[in-house]
This record gives sequence, C-alpha cells and structure tokens, in this order.
Amino acid sequence: MLSYIAKRLAMAIPTLLIVITASFFLMRVAPGGPFDGERQLPPEIEANLMAAYHLDEPLPMQYLRYMGNLLQGDFGPSFKYKDFSVTDLIAQGFPVSLELGGLAIALALLLGIPMGVMAALKRNTTVDYLLMGTALGGIAVPNFVIAPLMALFFGVMLGWLPVGGWNGGALPNLVLPVVALAIQQIAYIARMMRASMIEVLGSHFIRTARAKGLNERQVIWRHALRPAMLPVLSYLGPAIAGIITGSVVIEQIFGLPGIGRYFVQGALNRDYTLVMGTVVFYGILIVLMNLIVDLLYSLFDPQIRYDD
Amino acid sequence: MSTPLLEIDNLKVDFELPTGTVSAVKGVSFSIRPGETLALVGESGSGKSVTSTALMRLLPEMARISGAIRLDGEDLTQVSAARMRRLRGNEFSMIFQEPMTSLNPLHRIGRQIAEVLHRHRGMSGSQARARVLELLHQVGIPEPERRISSYPHELSGGQRQRVMIAMALACEPRLLIADEPTTALDVTVQAQILDLLRDLQKRYGMAILFITHDLSLVGRFAERVCVMRYGELVESGETVEVFNHPQHDYTRMLLDAEPRGSKAAVAEDAPVLLSGQDVRVRFTTKKRLFGKNDYFEAVRGINLTVRRGQTVGIVGESGSGKSTLGRALLRLLESQGQLRFEDTDISGFDKSHMRPLRARMQVVFQDPFGSLSPRMTVGEIISEGLRVHFPELDRREREARVIESLQEVALDPAMRKRYPHEFSGGQRQRIAIARALVLKPDFLLLDEPTSALDRSVQMTVIELLRHLQHKYNLTYVFISHDLAVVRALSDTVLVMKEGQVVEQGSAESIFRQPREAYTKALLKAAFLRDMDSVA
Repeated sequence: MLSYIAKRLAMAIPTLLIVITASFFLMRVAPGGPFDGERQLPPEIEANLMAAYHLDEPLPMQYLRYMGNLLQGDFGPSFKYKDFSVTDLIAQGFPVSLELGGLAIALALLLGIPMGVMAALKRNTTVDYLLMGTALGGIAVPNFVIAPLMALFFGVMLGWLPVGGWNGGALPNLVLPVVALAIQQIAYIARMMRASMIEVLGSHFIRTARAKGLNERQVIWRHALRPAMLPVLSYLGPAIAGIITGSVVIEQIFGLPGIGRYFVQGALNRDYTLVMGTVVFYGILIVLMNLIVDLLYSLFDPQIRYDD
Repeated sequence: MSTPLLEIDNLKVDFELPTGTVSAVKGVSFSIRPGETLALVGESGSGKSVTSTALMRLLPEMARISGAIRLDGEDLTQVSAARMRRLRGNEFSMIFQEPMTSLNPLHRIGRQIAEVLHRHRGMSGSQARARVLELLHQVGIPEPERRISSYPHELSGGQRQRVMIAMALACEPRLLIADEPTTALDVTVQAQILDLLRDLQKRYGMAILFITHDLSLVGRFAERVCVMRYGELVESGETVEVFNHPQHDYTRMLLDAEPRGSKAAVAEDAPVLLSGQDVRVRFTTKKRLFGKNDYFEAVRGINLTVRRGQTVGIVGESGSGKSTLGRALLRLLESQGQLRFEDTDISGFDKSHMRPLRARMQVVFQDPFGSLSPRMTVGEIISEGLRVHFPELDRREREARVIESLQEVALDPAMRKRYPHEFSGGQRQRIAIARALVLKPDFLLLDEPTSALDRSVQMTVIELLRHLQHKYNLTYVFISHDLAVVRALSDTVLVMKEGQVVEQGSAESIFRQPREAYTKALLKAAFLRDMDSVA
C-alpha cells in the first residue's frame, strides 16, 4: 500500500512538470505584461521593476529560476497584490474554495445517487424520463449560464438570496454558488448511477439474492447499491477536477474570494507568479484527489488491492 | 407411487417483447417425488432454464406464466409475492450455471450464507456462524474457519459453486433446482460437484430437479429424465428406459450425438510444418523499477512437432496453459524457445515479420459471439483478410472468394450481407472458419471451436473440420477440454497440466492406455456414460 502510494506520487512528478512548463511559457507568450497599466509607466521605472522581478532576464533563465524557487516551496511574490506573496493569497483563498467545492461535491452525491437509483428502479416510466431529461438539461446548460440566471431569479426578482459576496461563508451566501457549481455534477452522477444500477440489477448475484427469498428493499440496499456506486466513486477524481475548474467561473460570477478568482484576475493582469502558483496548486490538488479516490476504491471493492 | 412433491401442470411461458410474443415453454407437465432426482434435458433454446426459473418465479416482468406449479399442493403461480419470498431459499432453492458471477463480489462468503439463515430461520451471530461453518464443512470447503471470511474472488470456480450449494442447502430445502450446475467447471471438478450433490441429497433427503444439456451426466445422476425441445416435452420416463429404448427421434439424436470415429493417420514421414522446442511463456505479475520482475510461467518448456495434414490435440483443464501455448505457436504472444514454421525460424519474429505468414497460419476462437465484429457484415468480416494479404484482388474477385468460402462451410452465400447477430452459435462458428479458410491457409489453430455449441451442432462442425482437412490437406492444432471431441479429430494428443505436458502420444494410445494418473482422471470424468452400466 505505502509503496503503491509512493509510486503514484513519483508518477505525478512528470505530469506536474509538463503542466508547470506549459503554463509558464503559455503565460509569457500572451501579449502584455504585469506592468501594463492604463497609465503608462516611465520607461526607467518599468525597467527597474522588470529588473527587480528578474523579468529582464532571458526566458529560459527565468524558467530555471522559477523552478528553483518552486523546489524550495517558494511561489514568489504577487506582481499585482503588492506586499502579498502568492502563498499568502492561496492560503487566504483556499478555505473559501474548499468549502464551496466540498459542499458542491457533497450535494452532487446526495442528489445524484438517489436520482440515478430512482430512475433505474422506475426504468422507462415517466419518473425515469423526467429525471433523466432534467439531468440532460443540467449537462447541456453550462454553469456560466445557469449561475447568472439563478442570481437574477432568486436574488434580484424574488429577493430570497444575496446575489453575491462571501459574508464570512454565511449560509444564504453559499446556496446559489454551491448549487450552480453542483448542477452539472449532479446530472453526470445521476446518469452514471442509473446506468450502473441497471447493469447491477441484471447481474447474476442479484438473481441469487432474490433466490434466497430477500425482498426488493434488501436486494437493493444490501446487494445492489454498493457495487452500483463503484463507477461513481471512480468518477469522483474527474468530478473534483470539474468542480475546481467550475469554481474558477463561479467564484468570479458571485464575487467570492477563493483561489479561482485570483486565478482569473491573475491571468487578466498578467500576474505571472500568481497564475503559476494557482496552476501548480490545482495540479497537485487534482493529482492528490485522484490518488485518494483510487485508495478509497480499494476500501469499497475487495477485489482491488494495492499490496504492491 | 408416493404423492409428488412438485407437480407442474401444463406450464406455459410467453415473453411479451416489443416485436411480438415469443412462447418459450408450450404446455409442459411433469412431477417430482420427494427425494428423487429428475433430469430436465435439452439443448439451448429448449426452454429448460425458463421452466426452472418459472418455478422460482424469478422470470423478468415481461414473462406471462399460465398453468399450475404445485409444491405440496400449493399453487405457486397463485401465491402472494411475500409468501413466495418465504418459500424461496427455504422450502426450495436454486443453484445456477455461473459460479463465477452468482455470488456478490463485495460480501464475504460467510455473510452471504448467513443471510439465508437470518432471513428464514431468524438466526444471527454465533448461532448462524456455527451453522455456516457446518455447511462449509459439508460442501467440502477446506479450512472453513479461515474461508468463512473469504471474498468470492479468492475462491476457485469449483469452490464458489460449493459455496452456492451451501447457501442453497442452508435451510434444508425439500427441493433443489440445479440449473447446469457443472457446465462452467472443468471435468474433474464436475465429477466432484455431482458426487457432493448426491451425498447431500442422501443426507437431507431432498429432491433435485437437475437441468442439463449433457446426457452423459444424466445417466449417472438422475432416476428419471424429461427431454425438452422448442419448449415442449418430447419424451420422459425412467432414465434407464429412455436411454435404452428412446422413443423420440430427438432423444435418439441426442444420445447419438457423442462425437465418434477417429482420424485417418498421416504418414510418419510427412514434412514438419510447425515445431516448437522448449517453448515457454511468461506473464509478468509484478514489475519492479530495479531488479528482476516477478513473473508467472504459464507454459513451461514444451516440445511439439506438427506434421502436414496432422491434427495435434492439446487437452487440459482451465489454467493448464493450453490456449497460451496455442497463441504462442502463432506468435500472438511473446515466448521463449525455438519456433519453426516450415524452414523458417520464427522465434524472434515481430508483427511485421509475421504478417506475410499470417495468411498461411489462421485461427478460430472459442467464442462465436465475441470474436466476430458486430458492426461488420459477414461478407466484410470474411473479406477483410483478403484486403490485407491479397491487395491485388479487385472487389469482384474478393466477392467471388467470399462466396466460395461460404459455400465451403455450407452456408448460403446470400447471407454475406447480414450481420453476425442474425446467426446461431453454430453458424457463427462456420463464419469464423470461412474467415480463416478464405486465405487458403496451411495451418489452422482451433482454440475450443466447439465448446460453446450444443452437442448436436458440435457434431456438424466437427464433420466440417474433418471434411476441410481432408480436402485441402490442412494441418490443425486443436485445443479443447472436451476429450470426446479431441479423440474424434486428433492424430496425436498432448495432455497439459500447469503449463507442462503430462502425457503425449498418439490419440489411440492416450485414450486406450493412459499411463499417467492425471490423464486417467480426466478420461474417467469425461466419459461417464461409457463407464456406466447404462448401455
């Protein structure tokens, strides 16, 4: 088990290296720079600034310097948020993003799994068509369309919920962003759960369970549910990645002080170090989450063992 | 005659499909007395499994049942679903054909057996555990104390079927329905499971409804037999009576469907077409970054010589390495040791070196359902090899060759526009043979080509293979676990076990005078009917 974890982490290093390198150079290829404001800076001052941040060096040199610092755990200073290091900003923003993303995942599972099970049990009935039709809608409409519409409807027209802001994570402020973030995942999970439940219900060991004289409730709860959830479990890795990228948009729309917002604003401001910091952080997060999901899988399915 | 335990009276089962109604069982009547074994025999599509599943009322919702199924006078078609659940697994229970998938993969076997005891006897905790241990012991699971907490995937197929039996017998049912309980198992394991069922039947005094396609098991196992075809009962009676004086043609055909005859010998000095020396195949089981990988040797140093026009039979049980060896011979798998095809040393040949030879070395696989692409028409499947190996042929010439090869395997060439799912298992296997044959090969690897087929269909495929071999002087390596088929087709036979050859010789000598204990055990298990006194 331990050596498996070590192996997986070692395998993550080249992945991260590619991600970091690609985003480093892509970022620099984008026109403009961190000090292009509306007000043109005097050339001498800009030159000084560039020198102070080593931006006057040749690109490969800058790349090596950045990688060297990164190895020591230093994400560097932010160009735009003066007096803050990138590490500070991520540390500030992460709790917000974590709460948002965690709640969205929880909501997606809590709604998606029962929806899928219900649709599978009522297969090819109105209930099934209604649930799956809704799910298809959830997949088809992107969250940057749903989020403003929800804000407009529940926030502006009905006035039930605030249209944005964090407010220290108060419940009313959480509702709209969490729901907007979760909708697509609810839909995916519901569809996946329906398909795998139907497959499991047709399997031989379910026939055995019925032949034992169990009633439908026992057949479903004891025998069908857990195997049917396995595909959903392995989807959680990609789902978490989806939630993270989704939260970049959602945080921006609802004005939440999470990492996603720093990421977007950092990109618009050409705040090289901030963007790079968030990219690296996201990369590590996704790799770790996938690993955790795979390890969880072995808890659920005795046929999977990472002895090695 | 004592009163019957189970009485089936004019049972009909219809499936209501979107395309119309299909009658699977068309008015079947029979009865089983307490403690008796009744065999329900038939080939695929005869309705035997539908009948047994109808008894359990486990058919899908689209099934319509009429007639009566009386257990001790109580009509099971009329009782409530709740009453039915109290009976299932309690008064009567069932074991299935698929031991590998019939147990819940996520639950320990102890829990799965205890569940029945809890459901019907209200037993739990140590009481249930004691009974589970007793059952595991009775069904011959070694070390029950340890095995009780095993997961199904940690057990072999035979052991899983034993667990299924333990589960079915937990509440001492009066009737056990055994639906092809040994079909998926190796012959030696089959014999063990049948012996076990018979012992347990005596101990518990239960009746057994034994469903099978294999008449050789019936003679040994059942007192009475019912023969089904196309959803109807064509013949029934005492087993000895039916075997000795079959009334119906179909029964006679089934009894006669054992492959017979043997292959005409090939001259001793016929040229060697394919030979292997010290062939070994390894599968890596554990990769290491540094040092040697761990590996499992599936084929452990095998020598064989195949002469032109010969059939070399390779027999063995699952896991013996026979299919692996076959694939290594065609270099579909990497192997060590020397391989020669005619005068060419092909040991180190990679894919591109092998490609020109592929037309001459063809293969037919076991699974007629999985090995033909469902998205291609039969004509496309057969002509695909021609496109690769004979690019000079134009469309008309290819078409002509496809038609010719379909005629060769006795299929209507007009069917080449159809897709594989429109064909039966036997027809698909003919298509697979036509696909190989169209390239005019010298050598055919036949990997269990008849194992998925009914006996009567097997016969016709074997006849076809014989005919083609004779006509084109083809050379076969014939892999099978079915000794009767191997005997009918082979010149020489290799008996494999755990990757090694146990015994090797002419088919005649292996079947007449086996020397090794393992070969004897295989033969004994395979030719049950021959060894019984039924004849």
